[in-house]
Amino acid sequence: MISEKDVKHVASLARIHLKDQEIGRLTKDLEKILDYIHKLNTLDVSGVQPTGHVLPLKNVYRKDAVRPSLAQQEVLKMSVEQQDGFFKVPKVIE
Amino acid sequence: MSQAPKQKYETVIGLEVHLQLDTATKIFCGCANKFGEAPNTLTCPVCLGLPGSLPVVNEKALEYAIKVGLALNCTINPFVKFDRKNYFYPDCPKAYQISQYDFPICRQGYLMIETAEGEPKKVRINRAHLEEDAGKLIHDDAHNCSLVDYNRTGTPLMEIVTEPDLRSADEAYRYLQDLKLTLSYLGVSDCDMEKGSLRCDANISIRPMGEQKLGTKTELKNMNSFKAVKAGLEHEIGRHFAMLESGQSIVQETRLWDEARGRTFTMRSKEEAHDYRYFPEPDLVPLMLDNITVEKVKASLPELPMQKRERLMQRYQLAAYDANILVQDPVLAALFEQCAARYADTKKICNWINGPLMKELNERKTPAATIGLTAENLADLIKRVDEGVLSNLAGKDVLTFMIDTGQSVDTIIKEKGLAQVSDDSALEKIVAEILQEHQDIADQIRAGKESAVGFLVGQAMRKTQGKANPKKIGEIIKKTLSQ
Ligand SMILES: [Zn+2]
Repeated sequence: MISEKDVKHVASLARIHLKDQEIGRLTKDLEKILDYIHKLNTLDVSGVQPTGHVLPLKNVYRKDAVRPSLAQQEVLKMSVEQQDGFFKVPKVIE
Repeated sequence: MSQAPKQKYETVIGLEVHLQLDTATKIFCGCANKFGEAPNTLTCPVCLGLPGSLPVVNEKALEYAIKVGLALNCTINPFVKFDRKNYFYPDCPKAYQISQYDFPICRQGYLMIETAEGEPKKVRINRAHLEEDAGKLIHDDAHNCSLVDYNRTGTPLMEIVTEPDLRSADEAYRYLQDLKLTLSYLGVSDCDMEKGSLRCDANISIRPMGEQKLGTKTELKNMNSFKAVKAGLEHEIGRHFAMLESGQSIVQETRLWDEARGRTFTMRSKEEAHDYRYFPEPDLVPLMLDNITVEKVKASLPELPMQKRERLMQRYQLAAYDANILVQDPVLAALFEQCAARYADTKKICNWINGPLMKELNERKTPAATIGLTAENLADLIKRVDEGVLSNLAGKDVLTFMIDTGQSVDTIIKEKGLAQVSDDSALEKIVAEILQEHQDIADQIRAGKESAVGFLVGQAMRKTQGKANPKKIGEIIKKTLSQ
């Protein structure tokens, strides 16, 4: 069973702001989705290898060779605010 | 009377070490992995987490991780995958860190350490995995803002997690020292705690002696040096004792060590901070590490500190204490072995390296690797002292000069006129002067106070700037005064 509290918790973890009526609707939707997923739990998968990735690929590496980075000003263009070459953000405390 | 708390409770510590790997590039992109560059000059769409970019594993980082795992006696997992650890913080531009959750590279290893009592102890490693480092935050209190530098984002990081096997702050300190030594032998990191290339967090709890269940733990962070780890742990353990003794209970939380104030305090954190919602990283395919890959890395492992210690003890008949000092610095250990190939008295060579040479290095605050002292020169110097050509004292001066100039011992003796004076008539003249200057002492010796001879020998050495043969001087003094 999924509660409205669960939905609010998940939303806050994902930084999604929900309106009250959305919480009610999403609670029902998520309940249905989880019900469907729970059906998978009834299958016997004891002999099945866990899927690491959906592509049939493995061991993709790159050589440890330096490639040019972006210029500082190019990067800082993406910031809301900047100062002395740094991204400037509202104060965060550890 | 109640028992002292330290006997009533048992301390339980587990350590989490983060090690920056010294690769040329970052773990998932080609940006240079360098410290100390101008902020935000070493980034690209991959390490900034821009939409559409794709990470690719640096093969060197993987090789280093396997190396670390093997050196720590771990099993290398044949199936390895990466996962996303989700959290929102400005040091993490993607809002998730690529890490490893259920299939880390290394599992179930151990590191042998020596306790304060000199007993060997096995500290089990639960796991060691690869992940990416976060950016660097500078908190600007004056302007009420934080500044972010993403150069460090994506630096290959290895997290090495022990089982809760450590029983005191001292044991944790010893583990950390031995871990650092082993890692530095591998050449995969500079292991510099002050620079942050080696970082250490601790889980601490205490429980009544004999109790099996673990007590409530606190996590301690922000210990930025080996000294800080010891002090921080000691303080936090003491806090646990005091809380339990006064009937309070420990709150499970993360605390920070405040070096300046010498105490720990609660880290202000948002609730839910530890709900990381790991899920498989869809942008990276799994790694299958077969035996051939692992064996290849194993073949590249250098001799590790413990092995080197054993070998030095067996091959050169060194005491455990001396061998231990030598293995702390592989450069000195190599210098020792090269000297031993030239001169048979290995105990003397060891004493010269662990004594006068170490003193020189400490005074110069320079690592052994940077001085141009050759084994040939050092071995010759030790020979000349043993032959009596140089006094011990003069030998030490020659060493100083040798390090400065790279000249051979014979050149230095000739240029500085340092050869030891063993010629009887010259020494007798010096003794006569000394006795003249210290008649009171001479009288004491005549009266039977043998121990005062040493003082006069010292005076003679001073007078001759260490050139007199002290053994002969002593004999002449005794002979003269007994006449
Ligand atoms: Zn990059």
